[in-house]
Amino acid sequence: MIGIALKMLFRDKAKYFGIIMGVTLASLVITQQGAIFTGLMSRTFAVLTDMGGPDIWVMDPKVQFIDDVKPLQDTALYRARSVEGVAWASPLYKGMTRARMDDGQFQNCNIIGLEDSTLTGGPPRMVKGKVEDLRRADAVIVDRVGAETRLARKGPGGKPVPLDVGDVMELNDHRAVVVGISDNTRSFQSNPTIYTTYSRATTFVPRERKLLSFVVVKAVPGLDLHVLCDRLERETGMAAYTKEEFKWKTVMYFVQNTGIPINFGIAVGLGFIIGTVITGFMFYSFTVDNLRYFGTLKAMGASNNRLMGMIVVQSMVVATLGFGLGVGLAAAFGASAKNSPLAFRLPWQLLFISGSAVAIICTLSAMLSMRKVVTLEPAIVFKG
Amino acid sequence: MDTLTATPTIEPGAKADRPVAVYCKGITKTYGSGQSAVRALRGVDVDVRTGELMMLVGPSGCGKTTLISIIAGVLDRDEGECTVLGKDFKVLGPSGTTQFRATNVGFVFQAFNLIPTLTLAENVAVPLLINRVRRADAIEQACEMLKKVGLGDRTKDIPTRLSGGQQQRVAISRALVHKPKLLVCDEPTSALDHVTGQKVMELLRSVAAGNDLSLVVVTHDARIFEFADRIAEMDDGRIVSMTTGKGHQHSSFDASHAK
Ligand SMILES: Nc1ncnc2c1ncn2[C@@H]1O[C@H](COP(=O)(O)OP(=O)(O)OP(=O)(O)O)[C@@H](O)[C@H]1O
Ligand SMILES: [Mg+2]
Repeated sequence: MIGIALKMLFRDKAKYFGIIMGVTLASLVITQQGAIFTGLMSRTFAVLTDMGGPDIWVMDPKVQFIDDVKPLQDTALYRARSVEGVAWASPLYKGMTRARMDDGQFQNCNIIGLEDSTLTGGPPRMVKGKVEDLRRADAVIVDRVGAETRLARKGPGGKPVPLDVGDVMELNDHRAVVVGISDNTRSFQSNPTIYTTYSRATTFVPRERKLLSFVVVKAVPGLDLHVLCDRLERETGMAAYTKEEFKWKTVMYFVQNTGIPINFGIAVGLGFIIGTVITGFMFYSFTVDNLRYFGTLKAMGASNNRLMGMIVVQSMVVATLGFGLGVGLAAAFGASAKNSPLAFRLPWQLLFISGSAVAIICTLSAMLSMRKVVTLEPAIVFKG
Repeated sequence: MDTLTATPTIEPGAKADRPVAVYCKGITKTYGSGQSAVRALRGVDVDVRTGELMMLVGPSGCGKTTLISIIAGVLDRDEGECTVLGKDFKVLGPSGTTQFRATNVGFVFQAFNLIPTLTLAENVAVPLLINRVRRADAIEQACEMLKKVGLGDRTKDIPTRLSGGQQQRVAISRALVHKPKLLVCDEPTSALDHVTGQKVMELLRSVAAGNDLSLVVVTHDARIFEFADRIAEMDDGRIVSMTTGKGHQHSSFDASHAK
């Protein structure tokens, strides 16, 4: 009977194609939009992603997300260092500076100042040069995408020439020499990122009373990070989050305070609704087209359970194929956008979500059809 | 020898000595209720003997389809007694009746009702699959059956490529493949021309012969009356006469036709 059910489905090419289209569309839209949303959201904590060393971030208790810098007293560093279980603690400067371009325009850049002695929190990967080169006079490291796009210089014929090692920049009226190019995770605002030492960073930005943005902390091996966070908060009065917690805090800030999730939510919701309507309609009309034959099977002694089984098999097949196609297309889209500025991230949780959505769509469609078949009177087979 | 009487009579017929396959007494059926109620059957008494071919005839709307639907177990009667092969569907219950149909009843329809997306062999195999015969065995038996009706070379074709007569032969194969005890046919020849209709009836007649198969055939088509053992004439929800047909004369023909 299962073989019969599948043949009825596969050989009705038009309907079969339509149903698959509906499921594919839904899973494509949900997966693709979800992946862009996830990608965008993960860019909000790009700085955290790129900073491998420290386990814990210590900051002013009022800080809401990674870019919401509320400077600390210089003494915060020493207070953090004195807490038991802290292997090391380093100061981190995170702020904005303006780079003056050849044409006189200014370009906003993120600037990250690393502890002068240890250079803790440097770029994750270097394309050219070494992190240690920051010890040279006026040295800065620029991220590759920034160097190739926003900070690129105008060459002969107006073609952009990427900023390169040895080039000199002007940051807040100070001379800076590029000593390295780093490979960074794209950030949400997509401003260029500039690394330098802590003390030099403070010269690249307007003078302020307090400059310490964060204290980044490494726990002694084997110590539970949450225990250390609690201890840091209790003993220093500052806020302390593990890297993962701070990522979530940042994402949740964007989720709660921007229209981004709503926009994506609407797209995903529309994908779900349109997918449900198309699939439901096509699947139902496939069943109704075959109602005469379902009635014949029923008259010939096929029980309701077996007819429902046929419909379940049919819907599971279209669910699987449509989901596979939709996710495949979404992944192909993601792969083709790999080297573009587009955000795209496809974690398994997202596959689970779009898979569940497809399961719901197909279950609803199948239930509609099953209802029709179960209530069917076998006596209709004799009607003309 | 054919008699038409105004009052319901039960003619014994040529197979009166055979065991009763279908027994109905005082069957009533009303569709709907209140103002729009239609009394389709107003007390039908009839019996069909094992191996007998009974035809149900009568004007449109007199209740023929309703009666065979009840006999075949696809429609519930309101009142009266009805046993088929000794079973009462009201006692069997819905799932028991479904199971009963699967094993004991074959159906032939005016519109054939072959599944257009399945091959002939797959169509014919359906009753076997319903009875949980293994797929390969079911297809093999279906092909055997198709060979018997002269379509052995078209098993992989789809129904819509066949003529009406051929399609009805496939439907008959499907109705018989699981060796049912009762075959109900509603207007099996109405969609066919005269010659084709005759051939289909010859086929039905031949498969009925020698088996313990009882056939109830609803028809408008006077030209096929000759194939009946008995003809029950209905009017307005009742059987108004029972006539002995010439069906038994086809018995000699049966033997030569059975391949
Ligand atoms: N499902 C139904 N609901 C309401 N009335 C029905 C239904 N089925 C049949 N009827 C009515 O019951 C009566 C008997 O119908 P039935 O189909 O048994 O007649 P029939 O003898 O088979 O007619 P025909 O030769 O036209 O096929 C008719 O008046 C018909 O309109
Ligand atoms: Mg009828």
